[in-house]
Amino acid sequence: MSTAISKKPTVRRFHQARWDEAIIFELSQSGQRGILVPEVEKEIQAQVGDAAAKLPKNMRRTTPPKLPEMSQLHVLRHYSRLSQENLGVDLNTDIGQGTCTMKYSPKVNEKFARSPKMIDLHPYQDEATVQGILEVIYRLEGFLKEISGLDRFTFQPAAGSAAIYANVSMMRAYHESRGESEHRDEMITTIFSHPSNAACAKTAGYKVITLYPDEDGYPSLEALKAAVSERTAGLLVTNPEDTGIFNPRIEEFVRTVHDAGGLCAYDQANANGILGITRAKEAGFDLCHFNLHKTFSTPHGCGGPAAGASGVTNELAPFMPVPIIDFDGDRFFLNHDLPDSIGKIGPFYGVAQNMLRAYAWIMSLGAEGLREVAEVAVLNNNYLLQKVLEIRGTSAPYAEGKRRIEQVRYSWEKLADDTGVHSEEIGLRVADFGTHYWTSHHPYIVPEPMTLEPTESYSKADLDEYAAILAHIAEEAYESPEIVKNAPHNSTVHKTKHESLDDPETWAVTWRAYLRKTGQETP
Amino acid sequence: MSEENPIIHPYIPNSEPSVKAEMLREVGAASIEEFYEDIPEKLRLKGYLDLPEPLLSEHQLVQHVEGLLAKNRTARENLSFLGAGCYQHHVPAVCDEINSRGEFLTAYAGEPYDDHGRFQALFEYQSMMGELLNMDVVNVPTYDGFQASATSLRMAARITGRKRVLICRTTSSNKLSKFKDYLKPEIEINLVDYGMETGMLDLEVLKEKIGDEIAAVYFEVPSYLGCIDTQAEQIVELAHQSGALCVVSVDPISLGVLNPPSEYGADIVCGDIQSLGMHMQFGGGQAGFIATRDEESFVMEYPSRLFGVAPTIVEGEYGFGDVAYERTSFAKREGGVEWVGTASALWGITAGVYLALMGPQGMREIGEGIMQRTQYAMEEITQIDGIGVLFFGSHHFKEFVVNFDGTSKTVREVNQDLLARGIFGGKDISLEFPELGQSCLYCVTEVHTKADIDRLVDTLEEVTK
Repeated sequence: MSTAISKKPTVRRFHQARWDEAIIFELSQSGQRGILVPEVEKEIQAQVGDAAAKLPKNMRRTTPPKLPEMSQLHVLRHYSRLSQENLGVDLNTDIGQGTCTMKYSPKVNEKFARSPKMIDLHPYQDEATVQGILEVIYRLEGFLKEISGLDRFTFQPAAGSAAIYANVSMMRAYHESRGESEHRDEMITTIFSHPSNAACAKTAGYKVITLYPDEDGYPSLEALKAAVSERTAGLLVTNPEDTGIFNPRIEEFVRTVHDAGGLCAYDQANANGILGITRAKEAGFDLCHFNLHKTFSTPHGCGGPAAGASGVTNELAPFMPVPIIDFDGDRFFLNHDLPDSIGKIGPFYGVAQNMLRAYAWIMSLGAEGLREVAEVAVLNNNYLLQKVLEIRGTSAPYAEGKRRIEQVRYSWEKLADDTGVHSEEIGLRVADFGTHYWTSHHPYIVPEPMTLEPTESYSKADLDEYAAILAHIAEEAYESPEIVKNAPHNSTVHKTKHESLDDPETWAVTWRAYLRKTGQETP
Repeated sequence: MSEENPIIHPYIPNSEPSVKAEMLREVGAASIEEFYEDIPEKLRLKGYLDLPEPLLSEHQLVQHVEGLLAKNRTARENLSFLGAGCYQHHVPAVCDEINSRGEFLTAYAGEPYDDHGRFQALFEYQSMMGELLNMDVVNVPTYDGFQASATSLRMAARITGRKRVLICRTTSSNKLSKFKDYLKPEIEINLVDYGMETGMLDLEVLKEKIGDEIAAVYFEVPSYLGCIDTQAEQIVELAHQSGALCVVSVDPISLGVLNPPSEYGADIVCGDIQSLGMHMQFGGGQAGFIATRDEESFVMEYPSRLFGVAPTIVEGEYGFGDVAYERTSFAKREGGVEWVGTASALWGITAGVYLALMGPQGMREIGEGIMQRTQYAMEEITQIDGIGVLFFGSHHFKEFVVNFDGTSKTVREVNQDLLARGIFGGKDISLEFPELGQSCLYCVTEVHTKADIDRLVDTLEEVTK
């Protein structure tokens, strides 16, 4: 009798951890302690007494907060279990989150970011004591200047959208300085640029004009020409767009806006496919921003801390948030001397530990390595494109037959028409195979969308596996659609009844609200 | 990569030439260049970027980066009394353990199924903050306390339909700068003076300025200058009388001993959670919270994500999802409320771990201890000839203003002398608050021992003699 074990199937028989874990409040045991705090010396106690007790009654807390009471192991175990019910890049082939550039975050950079020489720095320390981190930030700025061709960078925005807002604010300050802010009240963007471009412009007080693509999927130059006027403050645009299509007329776009007196900001949150290939400068942009947590490998942290890097030309540099980091030939220093600055975007200098991670990542790759990142990311994408288009019911709308840069917005429209199974349901079924794709593609311009971005981190075998999962699910949709419609099956939890989350009577953002609304209030 | 000896980079599996060739063959492309055909030639970068030679081995990289970091002298290697928005508290080891786990650290925006753990952990964070604040709605963290305050003010303006806010002038100049940038162009900022004796908001000035065009009255407990404004109830009452909302920013680590602002009637409570388990990280450990009552008119004005609990098709399972997602810019672009994006979720998870470890008793003890140490430091410092503690008679939580006008030295000079003796003195606020003379902001937390404080006092005495 053979003892040979048969090979693994093409799609893995995954099951996610299901700890059936209670909500943390249900784990509370009266009197338990998770950590003890340092005692105050007797001499101090004798001298000052109970300082808190001297507070007037209305400022003193009388009822203790109903926090859970747990031993240290029980806290650790609860959160370790929850972590097992989560998928990160360290575990899955994270290509289903197109536009987000999910790549490997090197562990060695994690060690740097968590070293005492980084974590124990206070932002208001004397500059002489923080020369190391200032040098890192200064050098990282130098790298991004070279990568974009622009003249100065600030890392103060805590994430990509904050960088977009900072750029809009600098554009506004520029127009103010020329006495044109009153009539320049319109900001132009494209529908396949990140929604934060439109939202940040609106928050800053602008009327937003959104351009749609022409039949080929390129943003319409004619629409832009019709939109620009003396009211144009600027253009906020991604390129390649969320479809993975590069706008070849980008220089003309920029020129058109410049001719009308507007400024152009390049959303390079995701620049992964074009590192060392093409830059903001050559296309004529005045501003740009990068997300260090996308292209430059810093971990996404379940949604931050991230880091946004805003770049500007010398013409916009006077308006940058303060401080910027300069070098006087001897020392690195925080330069607050920008009289026309927009001021502060965040409390300090941004997410410094992510600047350190990004610096180390670039240093480990160099110029040839960065280009290799871009080229392999693009190769991976076009390879996956071919694999996905072989799957029944898929298409890649726009620019038919054309190559893409770093990602593709696919459509399951045909499959949905044929089978009644929707993209969102396929996304949930994907979770049964130990990976995911996200279902947020607002606005739904592309019907039944799915956006995949296979960065340079994934191997050919990873891409083959991902495509095999999609093919498997597509077959299910045609043969036994109820399997897909009732997914997930192998996930931590089953299909959630989401209706309650949109009803003020039933939504519950905290446990206390949940107990109240379900009549389980504790005494 | 050189043709003869290509580098197979550990971070780029498909940089291996035979794999590359095979993939190109499968897609029918002669070279990678074909994929870039849409990029006009004149926009193409000629040659490589001008960057330093890479440090290809991990060992080389470690040597280089550690060499740079070695130039830093940390707050823990010295004795630091810096605060002013970023605080040196003890970070429990379990906080670091959980936020180092790759499952949390490297995840992003998965669905409530494959990322059930993230949703539950953040829902629990919101819930524990809700207990600390006595409020029913708390957001998934925004960038930092500055953003939380600025958005709270915008929320107040939208809820009331009014366009002017009153801000207590003890707010830091940096935060005011943020407000100025963020509230533009719609909302006008008007400052309300503070009492030079008390450090608290001047109620008479507030009475003059309050009116039916005011959207919000904003103050902080404790204030940037360290004082606990004991008139909080009266401020809230004045705001409410004219139909304004009251927005109060707090340091959440104080709420084991200080009354949460909801108890004195605040409508929107906000602040930064860095105190709750985040290392200082040169300012990279900040994250902001916003809390309100559970009223639709408030909830619909949050730009942030709000995770909610919901039933699944299986009895006894907790499912999660976004509450009122259609209000967000993810759903509605410029039609949404402000914007939402990546912010500081991992710090929210970490703050949840911190609160679970501390429990009600830990939060009370840490608060009481900080207040005692702070009071002790104030009493000892004020004994030194020529050095004063401003607003000495007011209640303080962990920060207080030290004034050197009675010495012959500026704050800058004193701090240089302290630095030479291994002490990071308080943050210089002489430019921010010129009316307070040569003053700086000292911070004392649970990490400071009596010996630390005594050493500071002795050294201050020595350098100002």
